[in-house]
Amino acid sequence: MRRLANVLLPLALLAAVAASFGYLEIDLGALFGTDSLRQMGDYAGSFLHPDLSPAHLQAIGRGALETLAMSAVGTLLAAGLGLLLALPAGGRCGMLAGGAARLLLNALRAIPELVWAALMVLAAGLGPNAGTLALALHTAGVLGRLFAEALENTPSEPAEAVRLAGGGRIAAFCYGTLPGVWPQLLAYSLYRWENNIRMASVLGFVGAGGLGQMLYLSLSLFQQAQASTVILAMLLLVLGVDALSGWSRQRWLWS
Amino acid sequence: MLNRAAPRDPAALPRLALSLLAVALLWPGLSLSELDLGVLLHGDSAATMGHFVAAFWPPEHGREFLELLGRATLETLAIATAGMSLALLVALPAALLASRALSLSAVHRGGRPAWWGALLRWPVRGLLIVLRSVPEIVWALLFVRAVGLGPSAGVLAIAITYAGMLGKVYAEIFESVDPRPARALLGSGSPRLAAFLYGILPNAAAEMLSYTVYRWECAIRASVVMGFVGAGGLGQQIDLSMRMFAGGEVASMLLTFLLLVLLADQLSRLLRERWT
Amino acid sequence: MTLDLSGVGLTHANGQVALRDIDLKIAPGERVAIIGPSGAGKTSLLRLLATALQPAGGRLEVLGADPWRLSAAARQKLRARIGLIHQTPPLPPRQRVVTTVLAGRLGQWSLGKGLLNLLHPLDSAGAAAALARLDLTEKLFEHCDQLSGGQLQRVGIARVLYQAPELILADEPVSAMDPVLAGHTLGVLNEEAARRGIALLASLHAVDLALAHFPRILGVREGRLVFDRPAQALTQAELDALYANEQLQSRPASPPATTPHVLHIPRC
Repeated sequence: MRRLANVLLPLALLAAVAASFGYLEIDLGALFGTDSLRQMGDYAGSFLHPDLSPAHLQAIGRGALETLAMSAVGTLLAAGLGLLLALPAGGRCGMLAGGAARLLLNALRAIPELVWAALMVLAAGLGPNAGTLALALHTAGVLGRLFAEALENTPSEPAEAVRLAGGGRIAAFCYGTLPGVWPQLLAYSLYRWENNIRMASVLGFVGAGGLGQMLYLSLSLFQQAQASTVILAMLLLVLGVDALSGWSRQRWLWS
Repeated sequence: MLNRAAPRDPAALPRLALSLLAVALLWPGLSLSELDLGVLLHGDSAATMGHFVAAFWPPEHGREFLELLGRATLETLAIATAGMSLALLVALPAALLASRALSLSAVHRGGRPAWWGALLRWPVRGLLIVLRSVPEIVWALLFVRAVGLGPSAGVLAIAITYAGMLGKVYAEIFESVDPRPARALLGSGSPRLAAFLYGILPNAAAEMLSYTVYRWECAIRASVVMGFVGAGGLGQQIDLSMRMFAGGEVASMLLTFLLLVLLADQLSRLLRERWT
Repeated sequence: MTLDLSGVGLTHANGQVALRDIDLKIAPGERVAIIGPSGAGKTSLLRLLATALQPAGGRLEVLGADPWRLSAAARQKLRARIGLIHQTPPLPPRQRVVTTVLAGRLGQWSLGKGLLNLLHPLDSAGAAAALARLDLTEKLFEHCDQLSGGQLQRVGIARVLYQAPELILADEPVSAMDPVLAGHTLGVLNEEAARRGIALLASLHAVDLALAHFPRILGVREGRLVFDRPAQALTQAELDALYANEQLQSRPASPPATTPHVLHIPRC
């Protein structure tokens, strides 16, 4: 039985791959034919001369800062909202509220950032505000789930001790629970921020601000020289964030 | 006891400085991100949004629409699968070139390849870094301009980005398995490809498969999103319906998307459990 | 009466009967030690008096009120007047000692003051004074995870001293200290109780410490109050009967420390 599955599975995979190409009606011959390749080559060639004029670089600098700001503010909002939802989701406010909070967190998390961004552009108009809100909503779902897990795994005795000394629920949480979990909450948030910088740079494709919006505009106007500088800037941003996070992870062993 | 001076808190100054720094960084951040939650509650846009969201229920389920939805879903799956297979075609040779595991010069140098070998490996590694560092949706946008709207752009975008990711991870896996079998084969004069097939692949296959399946799952998520720049699949339909403010259609497409991601998640878990 | 119990019983959630038919009266200013073999119900009795556990039957009055007839808010007010010293103080490892001690008065402070105190200790002089009585002043700004078990116990006691409650309940407050320090610490607790005229009720594993520091001794065995008499009147025969065939059972382990959670979130 197991033998049969071991033979059938690869065959099924091969069939799926063949069916995919067939269904999409992609003519690989034509796609990688001389004509098409020359066309692509010409297009790629037009990116070889990035526009490095000071005015454009300044605009890109602003776009990069906007991207960073969107990701930072979005992550911060998400951490607040995530914590707010993680409290009921971690089973601190009864079963019903817990179930509702978990459902909400899953829904927030399941919809990708870009879809949120498109929705937020409809709701809040073009610009970085929509991108920030989109990042905040999706990330709140992700962080909320992680936070809830972290809260569930913290010992409850310190908070109970504060309650037994007459402290209120909020005081007990802040004095008994938070000191034990905040390093973990911080690590999760920083990790997500790193992810969100990447994401923030492409949310602009649906009009939500940042470097992505510049790239989309330049490409729509067939300004490949400008577009290629934006792509370089994105590349540098991503590589810089990667290097920085790798370094800090090694330095503080947050992994 | 009461008139004692309060001991000075050694953490007070650092805390104050940290708070000031946070405010100083956050203030321009707030203005740059133009954060304004009020817009959401503003009369006009709130009313428009309200109509849009109110139309989410019931989700559109007309026969014609469902057929369209089915086609778009299949297209999404096909883009992910086709993109992954192309990525594999690029990633495998690239990983072989980039990995130190098959270095001939390392055989008689105690595992450290000679400098010229390292020099030859770097361009391949650099290429893989560039391929995976540009987000897939940027590649999709570029390919939409180069080969036109439609699924081909999505397939190529996934192929390129995931080739970079797979290539890097495969190379790392090759280097992490026990190097002695391959070195013994190389030392006894077998060609590199044979040394790879007999010395490394048997140990690395399970991990490679597991990672590939996991990436395939990611490719499905990615291919949904890539439709927003015109690269075919569900995303393109979601984008269209959103522009037309067709709440019901958006709702059923989001539900389909959720279902798709859940199914891919389950399938990928099943496959990985089977193989590892 | 600070404490007034008649016919009080306690049953744990798993159905095990922990205490039965306890009759007890303690007046303000009285200092009482509870002794008895492990598993006799000393901790249960103290937790019951601290209103952490609800009795299964009988009449319970703490500081003039039946805590389980009160509304939740009034019960919290009552709890703010009771100080409970835990055997292994449940203190967050990363919290600073000063914050931990100041947390004793959270029941009396407003929420805003409590939150503000997290950012900057509002009464570090008060915390330092409480710690000074236990010779811990130099640990004021350290983190709790840098302290030994005995030091942590003293921090827990300093927190209750700072709380300034009208009833101090202490569950094995000196179990992790050496005899000299244990004697000194019990002296501090007794002095506090005597000075403020409040009741002190402490469970102790060491009979000699109980006899040396407390005028009134309660003997607990198998969930029942076996004797309740002045320390001088206690006979060796009664003590032997109390501890007869004590099983060498292992004491309940302290709650396991949280294992560091490995951050692994696959990135798509």
